[in-house]
Order: sequence, then structure tokens, then C-alpha cells
Amino acid sequence: MKTEWPLWEVFIRGQHGLSHRHVGSLHAPDAEMAIKNARDVYTRRNEGVSIWVVEANNIAASSPSDKGPLYEPSESKIYRHPTFFDIPDDVGAM
Amino acid sequence: MYAQMVKSTGHGVKTRDEMTPEERAFQDRIDRGDKIEPKDWMPDGYRQTLIRQIGQHAHSEIVGQLPEGNWITRAPTLERKAILLAKVQDEAGHGLYLYCAAETLGVSRDELTEMLLDGRMKYSSIFNYPTLNWADIGAVGWLVDGAAIMNQVPLQRTSYGPYARAMVRICKEESFHQRQGYDAIRKMAEGTPEQHRMAQDALNRFWCPSLMMFGPSDKDSIHSAQSMAWKIKINTNDELRQKFVDQTVPQAEYLGLTVPDPDLTWNEDRGHYDFSEPDWSEFFEVIKGNGPCNTDRMAARNKAWNDGKWVRDGLLAHGEKKRARAKARQVAAE
Repeated sequence: MKTEWPLWEVFIRGQHGLSHRHVGSLHAPDAEMAIKNARDVYTRRNEGVSIWVVEANNIAASSPSDKGPLYEPSESKIYRHPTFFDIPDDVGAM
Repeated sequence: MYAQMVKSTGHGVKTRDEMTPEERAFQDRIDRGDKIEPKDWMPDGYRQTLIRQIGQHAHSEIVGQLPEGNWITRAPTLERKAILLAKVQDEAGHGLYLYCAAETLGVSRDELTEMLLDGRMKYSSIFNYPTLNWADIGAVGWLVDGAAIMNQVPLQRTSYGPYARAMVRICKEESFHQRQGYDAIRKMAEGTPEQHRMAQDALNRFWCPSLMMFGPSDKDSIHSAQSMAWKIKINTNDELRQKFVDQTVPQAEYLGLTVPDPDLTWNEDRGHYDFSEPDWSEFFEVIKGNGPCNTDRMAARNKAWNDGKWVRDGLLAHGEKKRARAKARQVAAE
């Protein structure tokens, strides 16, 4: 079987103090090269100030068929949102 | 369009009655505007059509570096050189975003590359035309990237999530490509009479090949009908071509250049330009491999792939050695 360079998922932190965000993937022989390649492929226009790379086969993901059991329970819990509660106008901003 | 004449299932669009329950649920998701993600169930025809389309799109970005790369060392100023270098680097990036999107469908990067190199997969016909002088580089940015934008902007809404996201990134960068091209050709159109003549000559040669980028009329194509039902193609080829002509003619007029089509006229009733069809027999010859530069382009890609083999292998061996050492250290520490 032929071996190809492993696939890495790339996460970039943007300028404004936000979390690292998934931007795409690339192939590289090791982590060091993955970061160098990510710099060339994903930050050519000042998109970031920090890069994370992780080998794609180290990522565990939820399955699309689990959508119901995982996320439906929260749909009925509308009291978790602040807008559920009516606050009298006289109380002022809260 | 960077993907031309992409084959779909070849069976035409199934009616709801002919669909399996899974296929019907899938079509409902598409019709609702849901994005399909890599791990979701999808019909095999959808997967295969996307691999062909995204793969061809990616190959076009990569091969598209060659006609422009030809002029990096001969750009007229250092600034133009830096700009062209950045543009060609973007094209490599666009190819990579697209290869990554295709890989989420279960095909590997090397398989895609090998299918390009042995001719099983195609790239856009436009890149089989030569760039003879600096005016051509302006024309390529203005017309070729302009035509690409026409096609890629609607694809940002395509049904397959990874493809749509790649398109968003690409479209952001593509606008720079078109504008730098227009800026370069404008300099020549407004320059000396000889420079103006070169700009006109570049437009003369690139006009028809640019119209061909959208592919022949597909209003009766069963492949396109299926791709449109799956929302991996949003507009017909004729719609996009018309849009391109309507947008480009005034831009040529501004430059004082003449679009090389004696039948080009504004049609008041339609609210569009009427124009001549390009020579489709030429298009089919180019697709078959008989364009002016097909042999050169494939030779250059094959040479790059073969010459790079020792680098790919060496870096892989080095990476494996580092991983093995790290593992050994870990075991020793435990």
C-alpha cells in the first residue's frame, strides 16, 4: 500500500482574541511542517496570530445519527434562555 | 467555469416515486437548504459527481498556475512581479482548499493527482492556451478570473458543506485576481499605441476561450439537470455566460478596446447583449487534448510530480523517524 503524508486539521486564532477556529486541513509529514504549511495556506492575508494543527485521525467526532438523542433534549428547556423570564419594565435593565 | 461538462449519474433525475426512502429524505434535505456534511448519508451518485466536479476544479487551479508562472520572472516591474507571485500562490492555495474538500468524500490526494496525471480527470480548457506576452497576463486576470468568479460566487451556496466553505474563501481572494488583471491591462490600453495594440490583441485571443470556460449549452443535459437538483450546480452554463458578457463588455469599452465579435449588440428587449457562440469544435478538440498547450501542461505537471518524489519520500521518512523516537522516549519514561 502507498503511504501518503498524514492529514492535519488546522485551527487559527484570529486577531481579536477569539478562540482558535477550524479553517481547513492539509497534508504534511510532521507537525512542524504542518504548521509551516498552514501558515502559507491559511494566513496569507493576516487571518491569524496563532496556529494549532492536529492529525485528523486523532479527532473523535459525534455521529450524524446521534443528532436526536444528543441535541433534542435541550430544545424543550427554553427556561435556560434569559428571554424566558418577563421582568417588569419598572425594574429597569437586567 | 473551472469544471466543465462534469458527468453525473447519466440516468436523469429520479422522480420521488423512483427514489428509495433514503434518497427521498436526502432530496428533502437539499430542497430545504440543509448543508450536507461528510459523515451524512448521501447517494453514491452525489458523492461521485462531487468528486469529479471538485477534483476538476482543484486541478484547474493547479494547472492554472502554469500560464501565469511563465511571466513571474519577466514581469515589467518589481511591484507587478510581487503581485503576480502572490496571485499564483493563491491559485496553489485554492487548489489545496478544493483537494481537501474532495478528500472528505473518501478519495485521497494522491489518487486525485494521479488521475490528473494519467488523463482520467480533466482541468479547464482555458489553461491550454498560451500566454505570449505581458498583456496576456492582464487579460487572464480580467477575463479568466472574471469568468471564474461568475461561476464560483453561486457555488458558495452549493449543498455540500466543505465545497461551499472552500468557495467562500476562494471568492474572497478571487476578487483581487480579477482587479489586478484589469489594472494591468488598463495600464497597457492607456499606454503607447503599441501597448494598446498588445492589449487589443490579448482580448482578441482570450475572448472566445473565456466564453468556452462556461462549457457548451447544457439546457438539455441530463447530467446538469441532476447536478442542479442536488444543488451542486446552481446556474446553467448559458445563464453564467450571458452574465459574464453583460458584465465584461462595458469594462472593455472603458478601456477603449473592441470585443472581437461583429455580431455583439445590446438587445433592448432582453436587457442583455446578443453575442456569437464561440467555435465549439475548437473547444472539443482542446478537451480531447489537442489544444495549443495540452502537452506542455501535462508534461510540466508530470515533471513536477516525478521530480518531487524524493522530497515527499524523504520528508515522510523523516517524519516517521521523529514519531518513532518520540514513542521510544515515552516508553522509556514509563
